Amino acid sequence: MAEMTMIQAIHDAMRQEMERDERVIVLGEDVGKNGGVFRATDGLFEQFGEARVFDTPLAESGIVGTSIGLAVNGFRPVAEIQFLGFVYQAMDQLAAQAARLRFRSAGRFTCPLVVRSPYGGGVRTPELHSDALEGLFAHSLGLKIVMPSNAYDAKGLLISAIRDEDPVLFLEPMKLYRTFRMEVPEEPYEIPLGKARIVKEGEDVTVISWGASVPLVAKVAEEMKEKVDIEVIDLRSLQPLDWDTIYSSVSKTGRVIIVHEAVKTNGFGAEIAALISERALFSLSAPIVRITGYDTPYPVPSVEDDWLPNAARMIEGVQTLMRY
Amino acid sequence: MIDQNDLRIEMVHLLDENGNGEEETLHSFSDDVLITLYQWMRKARVIDERLLKMQRQGRIGTYAPFSGQEAAQIGSVLALDKDDWLFPSYREMAACLAHGMPLTQIFHYVRGHVLGGKTPAGLNIFPIQIIIGAQTLHATGCAWATKLKGERHVSVCYFGDGATSEGDFHEALNFAAVYQVPVIFFCQNNHYAISVPIQKQTASRTIAQKALAYGMKGVLVDGNDVLAVYQTMKEAVQMAREGKGPVLIEALTYRLGPHTTSDDPTKYRSEEEVERWKRTKDPLHRLRKLLEKRNIWTDTQEEAFVAQVNDEVTKAYEEAASVEAPSLADIFRYVYDEPSPLLYEQQQEVIRRNRVKEGK
Repeated sequence: MAEMTMIQAIHDAMRQEMERDERVIVLGEDVGKNGGVFRATDGLFEQFGEARVFDTPLAESGIVGTSIGLAVNGFRPVAEIQFLGFVYQAMDQLAAQAARLRFRSAGRFTCPLVVRSPYGGGVRTPELHSDALEGLFAHSLGLKIVMPSNAYDAKGLLISAIRDEDPVLFLEPMKLYRTFRMEVPEEPYEIPLGKARIVKEGEDVTVISWGASVPLVAKVAEEMKEKVDIEVIDLRSLQPLDWDTIYSSVSKTGRVIIVHEAVKTNGFGAEIAALISERALFSLSAPIVRITGYDTPYPVPSVEDDWLPNAARMIEGVQTLMRY
Repeated sequence: MIDQNDLRIEMVHLLDENGNGEEETLHSFSDDVLITLYQWMRKARVIDERLLKMQRQGRIGTYAPFSGQEAAQIGSVLALDKDDWLFPSYREMAACLAHGMPLTQIFHYVRGHVLGGKTPAGLNIFPIQIIIGAQTLHATGCAWATKLKGERHVSVCYFGDGATSEGDFHEALNFAAVYQVPVIFFCQNNHYAISVPIQKQTASRTIAQKALAYGMKGVLVDGNDVLAVYQTMKEAVQMAREGKGPVLIEALTYRLGPHTTSDDPTKYRSEEEVERWKRTKDPLHRLRKLLEKRNIWTDTQEEAFVAQVNDEVTKAYEEAASVEAPSLADIFRYVYDEPSPLLYEQQQEVIRRNRVKEGK
C-alpha cells in the first residue's frame, strides 16, 4: 500500500496498464513532454517513448476520431480531453461514432477506448472548464460513463475501463485530484464497472451521489450523524448503473436525496428519481430531493460556491426529509 | 504573398472521351487489366440501375445512386490489396463491391436489416458512414495503427466535395500529415453536395490544392477516366505503403442521378448539364471505345456479361430477402459487450412482447 492522491492513482493505473499491455497508448493535448496540464501522464512519455505517448494537434474531434480508428485496428487508446467543457468539439465522434460502432456494424467492429477528462467546479477556472456534462453522454447508449470520487476507486476503475471492450468516458473531478491522499494498493487491481460503493451505512436517509460531490456528501453525513443516520452511496459509474444497491438502500430508508454538480433539469438525478418512482414508490415516505447545480450555464468563479451543491443546501435537504 | 492563382495544378488524364490517348501510356495497361476495370464498371452500373428500379418498386428503402462515378470508385479500389482498409460513405457501393463486399450485404443495408452494417470477418470495410466527413478521422486513426504496428496495408477514405467543408476533414488531414500515416483521402468531387454547387462549398480552385496547407501531397485526376484514376491511385498507395505519408486525391466526376431516391435534382441543375456529362463524359463509354479498338470486347460479350450480372442481382436479392427479418430483441446484443442489468430487462420485455404477438 502507498498513500496516493487521485492524480497519482490515475497516473499509476495508466502506467501499469501500459506496462502490462503494449496495445495501450496515450494521446491528447500536452500529455507527452508536459505530462498533461494536471500531470496525469507525467513521465509516461519518458518511460514509453513517442511510439506510445502522443502530443496530438489541438483538436478534440481529431483526438477522439483517430482513437476510434486506432482502437478498431488493434490498439487500446487512452485519450485525454483537457477539460470536459471542451468535449462539445468531439460530440459527434463520441456520441454518434464511438458509441454506435458496435451497434452499426452488428458487432463486427468495436472500439475499446477510454476518454479521460477532468471536470467539476470549485477551482476558479475560466469559462467552460468546470462543467459537469455526464448527462449528455448518459443519453448516448454504447458509451460507459465512469466517475470516481477518490484515489482508490480511480485506479481500480480506470484499469477496468482500459480493459473494457466498450468505449468508456472516464470523468475525473479535478477539485479532488490533490485534496486528499489515501491508501492505494501498488499492484494493479480492477473495480468492476456498474458496482456502486456504500460510503457510509445508515438507516434514515439515502444520499446518492457520484464523482465530485461524494466527499461533500460524506462529510455532511459524518457531521450530522448524531441527529440523522445517513446512508451514502457513491454510484462510481452511471452507465452501467447499479440499480440494486439504490433499491436496497431506498427500501431501507424511504428517504432519498440525489446530489450532483450538473444542472438540475434533465440531469442524471432525474433518471434516478424516475427509476425510484417506477420501482420503489411505496418504499418512500417523503418526496425525493435533488441538490444540484442550478439551471444556468456554469457561473463565474465569484459565485460558483453558491451555485454548487454545498453543505448548507444538503443539511436543509436532510432536515426537510426528516420532517416526514 | 501566396496566391492560389500562381499554383499550376494539372489534371491527370490518360484517356479522352473517344477512347484515345498516348499510345505508349495506354500500352502499359494489359488487356486483362482493361477488361477487369471495364467489367467492374459495367457491373456497378447494372447494379446501380437495378437498385434504383427496385427502390421505385418499393422493394428497397432510400438509396443513393452512384452512376457516373464508376471510374472514380472502381479505378481507385482495384488499385488496392484485398486487406487494405476502406472507409466509405453512402455513395460508395461500387467501391465496396469491388473490394469484396457481398451484394447480399448491400441488399441487407438498403432493406434496413441489422446485417447491412456487418462486413464479413476478414474484410476490412467500415460500416457505411452517414455523418459527412466523420470517417476521415477513423481512416487516419486506422492508418496510424498500421504504421505503429509496422504493417503494410493502407487505409482509404472515400468522401465527396461537401465533406471538405467539415471540421473533421481538416483535423483528419492535419493528423495524417503530422504523423505521416499511410492513408489516402479519396475525394469524389461530383460538383454537388445535394443541391449546393462546389463554387459555394469552397473558394479554392481545386480540392487537391488543400493538401499543400497540410504538408501532404495532393493530386487532381479526371475521375471519369478510369485509367488515370487507377494509375494515380497505384502511385499514391505505393507512396503510402513506403512510409512517404498520406495523399489527397481529388477525382473530378459527376453524379448523373439524384442525391438519393428522395431528391429531385431538376430543382438545382439543368437537364442540359446532365445531358452533357452523360453524352460526352460517361466513364464506361470511353473505356469501351478503347476495348473495341483493341478488339477485346464485343457486343455479344457485353450482352452475356450484363445478363450474368442481372442474374447475380436477382439471386442476391432473393438470398437477402430469404434471410429472416431481424427481431427487435436482437439489437440489444450490439449496444455493449455485455448488456447492463437495466438494458437486459428491456430486452426481456421485448422478447415477452414478441411472444405475445406471435401468440406463444
